[in-house]
Amino acid sequence: MTKLIDLSDAVQKIPDGATLMIGGFLAVGAPLRLISELERQGKRDLTIIVNDTNRAGKGVGKLIAAKAVKKVIASHVGTNSDTQKQLLDGDIEVELVPQGTLAERIRAGGVGLGGFLTPTGVGTLVEADKPLLEIDGRTYLLEKPLRADFALVSAASADHKGNLVYALTARNFNPLMAMAADTVIAEAHQIVPVGCLPPDSVVTPGAVVDYLVAKEARHG
Amino acid sequence: MDEKLVIASRVARELKSGMLVNLGIGLPTLVAQLLPDDLDVDFQSENGLIGLEPLPFEGLADDDLIDAGGRLVSAAAGATSFDSAMSFGLIRGGHMDVTVLGGLEVDEAGHLANWMVPGKMVPGMGGAMDLVAGAKRVIVAMTHTAKGASKIVPQCSLPITSSRRIDLVVTELAVIEPTAEGLVLRETAPGVSVDDVLAATGARLIVPDEVPVMAI
Repeated sequence: MTKLIDLSDAVQKIPDGATLMIGGFLAVGAPLRLISELERQGKRDLTIIVNDTNRAGKGVGKLIAAKAVKKVIASHVGTNSDTQKQLLDGDIEVELVPQGTLAERIRAGGVGLGGFLTPTGVGTLVEADKPLLEIDGRTYLLEKPLRADFALVSAASADHKGNLVYALTARNFNPLMAMAADTVIAEAHQIVPVGCLPPDSVVTPGAVVDYLVAKEARHG
Repeated sequence: MDEKLVIASRVARELKSGMLVNLGIGLPTLVAQLLPDDLDVDFQSENGLIGLEPLPFEGLADDDLIDAGGRLVSAAAGATSFDSAMSFGLIRGGHMDVTVLGGLEVDEAGHLANWMVPGKMVPGMGGAMDLVAGAKRVIVAMTHTAKGASKIVPQCSLPITSSRRIDLVVTELAVIEPTAEGLVLRETAPGVSVDDVLAATGARLIVPDEVPVMAI
């Protein structure tokens, strides 16, 4: 049995208005083929949870440029002039989350935790109306978990069961997001037969991956 | 000497062998290029790497290996890669000896503002809030003024990055240490007098009897 499916079939599962976690850091480790297909299918009103919105027209920047996104939850949107413009014009909602808090909120969402306490953001705008707790003399902010309808992740290698291996800084948010969504679609550079990936090298167990697509069109 | 090189050279002297160091995007990245050869420092990149090195030769780039500013880099022998939760576990968990960050404003309380200008520029904090909250030592490397206005101010007018008092500010004119009593002028740059620094600074500076010249 394989989880490999056709790219357009995979993306057709995603309805307008869905909340998507999309892996990548400045598009390195981003599922670029899934993103392009979201744009091609003309998805609308998406909420995307990403580290950053990359650069104008690149990676998830394609979705911003196509006005497919109504809300972004990210740690940084400064490298994309389209996001800046839409934000300052009030055309897009942006929730800025410190990067470590974003990673940990996604992790919490994926591992069944109701949130966590962090010193990051205490005394800043990030505090907003979140509860503050003092533990052993230090003040912490209560941050809640994040989950999504879909996680779109990118891996270096996958086997047909969906076990994922990552490369260098292309790992970033991908393993966290693969745990924190109802449906997980992974895009991989190479897809190998079951049994080819050494168990110790697998970072994301195939058990949490629903569908696979290949990064190169010639595979899938 | 270019003012950014003055700043980065002085910051480089704060690093010691064996330290784990995170350099922010922009000016702070210059510090890595100005380290003495005999200094063995591990650079961490928030996007998931310890062992960041500049790219050695053109053509050896790996598309999956970038720094936090998106530039293609190299990984040193002994490097390790990890996910974003681990990366910020290292940062928040007190494992980072030093972080060097850029700044828009630093005030008399030692607060740093470096992530947004309301209504004009909203890049976001990226990893800066975690770095200031969690690193053992926070050094701000920035130009002393912007468009003629002092970036060292009585109280930040921009949203602050953390309520933590940062440890050191290095500019092209001076080294300033925020303390419980206020901002202390520790050093002046070569060719810059104490009065020059005072004239360029919008905040109150405490001036000790001896203010040595910055070694760069």
